[in-house]
Amino acid sequence: MIQSRLQRQISDPFRRKLNRAPSPVVAIAVPWLTIMLGSLSPTWPVIASAPMLPPIGFLILLAWRQLRPGLLPVWAGLPLGLFDDLYSGQPLGSAVLLWSIALIALELIELRFPWRNFLLDWLVAAGLILAYLPTAMGLALGKTPSLLILTPQLFISIFAYPLVGRLVALFDRFRLVGFRYIG
Amino acid sequence: MAPPSNRRTGFSRRAQYTTFFAYLAAGAGALAGGALLIASLGDDSRFSGARSAATDVTAPVAKAAAAGRAESRGFFSAIGGYFTSGRENARLRREVEQARVKLVEAQAVAEENRRLKDLLGLTRGEVKPVAVAMMIGSTSASARRFATISAGRNQGVTVGMPVRSPLGLVGRVLEVGSSTSRVLLITDTDSVVPVRRASDGVPGFTTGRADGTLQLRLINLGINPLKRGDVIVTSGSGGLYRPGTAVAVVDRLLADGAIARVLSDPGATEYVTVEPIWNQMAAPSPAVEPPPGASSSGKVVR
Repeated sequence: MIQSRLQRQISDPFRRKLNRAPSPVVAIAVPWLTIMLGSLSPTWPVIASAPMLPPIGFLILLAWRQLRPGLLPVWAGLPLGLFDDLYSGQPLGSAVLLWSIALIALELIELRFPWRNFLLDWLVAAGLILAYLPTAMGLALGKTPSLLILTPQLFISIFAYPLVGRLVALFDRFRLVGFRYIG
Repeated sequence: MAPPSNRRTGFSRRAQYTTFFAYLAAGAGALAGGALLIASLGDDSRFSGARSAATDVTAPVAKAAAAGRAESRGFFSAIGGYFTSGRENARLRREVEQARVKLVEAQAVAEENRRLKDLLGLTRGEVKPVAVAMMIGSTSASARRFATISAGRNQGVTVGMPVRSPLGLVGRVLEVGSSTSRVLLITDTDSVVPVRRASDGVPGFTTGRADGTLQLRLINLGINPLKRGDVIVTSGSGGLYRPGTAVAVVDRLLADGAIARVLSDPGATEYVTVEPIWNQMAAPSPAVEPPPGASSSGKVVR
């Protein structure tokens, strides 16, 4: 067991040299920064005439929370949601509320199912997306949303979630990359 | 996957309190979100300063990305062009034939128009745009339809100014930052545009349906005179939008109006022009739409 972990670490391209150690700043900041980058998706060069793109900030938040429980504090929904609201076009406060509730819900789900696998993670995320998107739409429009408009976005979001998870796993490897230190 | 061991607090009082207060903070965060939401649903312009400042910060990057958008679209359409060039060529040839005839007709109409205007003593020059700006982003994940353009207070943009592309009306300015502004697209559910049919001036108004199409409602109830393919232009009622700006084409008929397709698809629009508010008497208030019923009693401005 110890042997194989050692081998894995040596063969890992991100940490192959001596005299290198992960930076605590990077290790803590990467999740926050990637979620904020995802929240900036309205400034990406896509001009849509209908809601089509998945809520990328929310997906990255879920993926980080499921990949590394405890890395983001439970209250992370407040600052991150506030940042998302500045760009998303939703009424200010909707992401603060919904992201906080989602993080608390994930915490409770983790208490109930401590042993998780890919399928369960995906199902939980799909459930949260299915609750989040119609609620966000209802808050934005002030009336019950029509599922016909939402269906493509729901499908795209649920099927994009595993891809976002892989992306977050890549960021997670970068998070612990060794930087050269002197001393 | 096993639960990570660092999540167990064990007997450490400190760890237990940390976890407990994290939960408290999360609950407080949700409550704060609810309070913010209620405040912003009451008056959405309340936080427009924060939003504009945030958009101003990301504007330089977004502008570069928007230039990339135009490049990439050209790239893909260039490849696609090889496959459809024959059909495209035949279609364009047909269109040119038709357009030549239309052009001659239009010249005659323009001549007549000029003569009639001279008769009435009307002089109305072309409207000089306030600014030419780039579309640098849109709320592509939210149900509200806002776009960001790369012109703001420094370029003389104020709230309420109509925004159009060469193809037609795009929306109107909702919030103004120093170098960017937020545009309410005409496909948003809160957007109301007084319109008329281009051919004979049947009055109506359009509201967005949040899925990229417009709902067109007629003012005079009765037999629906609309037909598929009718072009809808702004009527100028309410004073915000200059009359005669193309808006949409009727796509599907309903009992009291129609579903219309927007002419200037914001996704295909790169540069937009910001025009001055057509009739300065219309007060540029951010929250108040031009009342759609006003054009039924008021005169239809041609």
